[in-house]
Amino acid sequence: MASSGFSPLVRLTAAAALTGVMASANAVTEITFWHSMDGALGDKVNSIASQFNASQKEYKVVPVYKGQYDESLAAAIAAYRSGNAPDIVQVFEVGTATMMQAKKAVKPVWQLMAESGEKFDEKAFIPAVAGYYADAKTGHLISMPFNSSTPVLYYNRDAFKKAGLPDAPPKTWPELAAAAAKLKASGLSCGYSTGWQGWVLLENFSTWHNLPYASLDNGFGGSKAVLQFNSPLHVKHIEFLQKMAKDGTFTYAGRKDEASAKFYSGECGIMTGSSGSLANIRKNAKFAFGMGMMPYYPDVKGAPQNAIIGGASLWVMGGKSAAEYKGVARFLKMVSSPAVAADWHQSTGYLPVVSAAYELTRQQGFYDKFPGADIATRQMMNKPPKPYTRGLRLGYMPQIRTVVDEELESVWNGQKAPKAALDSAVARGNELLRRFEKTAD
Amino acid sequence: MQNRIRFPGGWLGFLLMLPQLAITVLFFVWPAAQALWQSTQSQDPFGLATRFVGVDNFSALFQDPLYLGTVKTTLLFSALVTALGMGSALLLAAMVNQVRFGKRFYQTVLIAPYAIAPSIVAVLWLFLFNPSLGWISYLLRGAGYEWNHALNGGQALALVVMASAWKQVSYNFLFFYAGLQAIPASLIEAAAMDGAGPLRRFRDLVLPLLSPTSFFLLVVNLVYAFFDTFAVVDAATGGGPGKSTETLILKVYLEGFKGLDLGSSAAQSVVLMAIVGLLTVIQFRYVERKVQY
Repeated sequence: MASSGFSPLVRLTAAAALTGVMASANAVTEITFWHSMDGALGDKVNSIASQFNASQKEYKVVPVYKGQYDESLAAAIAAYRSGNAPDIVQVFEVGTATMMQAKKAVKPVWQLMAESGEKFDEKAFIPAVAGYYADAKTGHLISMPFNSSTPVLYYNRDAFKKAGLPDAPPKTWPELAAAAAKLKASGLSCGYSTGWQGWVLLENFSTWHNLPYASLDNGFGGSKAVLQFNSPLHVKHIEFLQKMAKDGTFTYAGRKDEASAKFYSGECGIMTGSSGSLANIRKNAKFAFGMGMMPYYPDVKGAPQNAIIGGASLWVMGGKSAAEYKGVARFLKMVSSPAVAADWHQSTGYLPVVSAAYELTRQQGFYDKFPGADIATRQMMNKPPKPYTRGLRLGYMPQIRTVVDEELESVWNGQKAPKAALDSAVARGNELLRRFEKTAD
Repeated sequence: MQNRIRFPGGWLGFLLMLPQLAITVLFFVWPAAQALWQSTQSQDPFGLATRFVGVDNFSALFQDPLYLGTVKTTLLFSALVTALGMGSALLLAAMVNQVRFGKRFYQTVLIAPYAIAPSIVAVLWLFLFNPSLGWISYLLRGAGYEWNHALNGGQALALVVMASAWKQVSYNFLFFYAGLQAIPASLIEAAAMDGAGPLRRFRDLVLPLLSPTSFFLLVVNLVYAFFDTFAVVDAATGGGPGKSTETLILKVYLEGFKGLDLGSSAAQSVVLMAIVGLLTVIQFRYVERKVQY
């Protein structure tokens, strides 16, 4: 690039700025951290980073908000391809298979810790959380669990009272349907609604009912997995909900978190959604609400089993210097320390990722003050996870979710029968899985 | 012929064209070539494993019956957006042209939507049509019509068409308004004296004289509907319910940027390029003949 166009003053300033940057670069190693936490969550990430920066002088973590999950992942990939990858990037849970497949592009967290000589106890993590991000064969952590949530049930206590229902969350699907019908009879326009239907009604439904979502332990056992969420029980479940949709006790609100607004506006009496929506609901609901675990079918053997997480984890990118890795290791260690993880859990509503943070929060009396805040964690630890209830490790998972959304929508608006829709979702999803398999080296 | 002015040496002309050529190559030819190359590859997102797969990405696309559905949705969507956007802009321009007072005010107000970011447009319309909170859906419910674009495909399509067309009305309005002002008043007056009423004058005089503007806007609006509307659709419906509002460009975006399936996404953009290229050729060959300059 020609620099002749600039005045001497501009050049001088630029040079001064450059030397300034270089001088500070000599003193501290900068660690770039790309994330997708906006609003209050972003402030919390910044405060964790500045806490780390204040605690020592060798490293400086620079958190950068890079847009929503898919955007920051796309940005990190583009940066990697042009040789400027960040040190740490936050990747959503459905991007896990993509990241794991890119072995050369990422640095496994357990390896990072071992090489930097940091003491790191992988057993400290809540198993159902760590399992999602662990190597299927060795059990070692590939990425660092950070913000995890599970689906929970919210119910409007005032509306329950008005409808003459007991002040307790419905435990099973038949109970939920009966409560929704009573709510409707008492004048509510919407009995039950759900956010993130694919995640709640099929993915978590599977593990909660002790069923595989896909073969080969939901893809943990290899990339040849095929989807299995069209089993008789899955079909029965969607038929159950279709019936509710027909008699108006289940209202479909949209693919994302639209149900939340319907719940806190008082329109819907019951909703299933992310435990991460708690803060938002607490802020907006002008009525007393309660929380409960995900409903289940009491006649299913082994149910309820355990929930699986949504949310994101922190990935360390490959090809960085040893000095940077040392700083990254120290930072990640701090993020997973009981004190920081407990604070993160309490202020955001995400799960505590280490068991000690859960214990600490309990000791601090947080769950007595905010009943229901521990439900997400209790669902995770309900039973030790089985090989096929650890999580999902399936390629092109974002597209599979879209396929599921499309097919379920055609059930809710009566265009397709539940079995036909699930069969078609499985067939279309399997095609995506085969495509993904081909991209692997 | 002898007196034609000639510049010495071809290099000067070439040199003067160079900036434009560089921009064209850099921003149009190069990315298009990249897309073409990418569409023949099977690649993981990080570019660690790349394989040549020939036309596999294309054949997978055309074997998918749902893809054809998306093509149809796109054609319908684009036709509606263009018709609605141009029709209402022409009406508004004709009316502003008649207004005696406050012309500036109307002009300014009508141009405002053009400055609004696409996803904000979607949010604005979502507010109006939100099945539980929006006041238009509230009024509709009062009139006995249930509005829920989360489940009703036709309503969802209507919503994204309205939002996309609304955004383009300002642009169309500007051109139509300028076009109307370029029509000599004497022509209109002469027609009026011959006894032609306002509608007759509009149909037989104004419309033909506006045809160059209309033709230009037709091309621009179709390209807009094909390429520039994905932010509105993505924010308003995400392509749903089912696939009823999934357009080709939205699919390219969803699968390429969100799903990281680069091969298929590239193949889809090549198909899209071909469709729009074909449409433009058709327009210039057949529609332009009817244009009176």
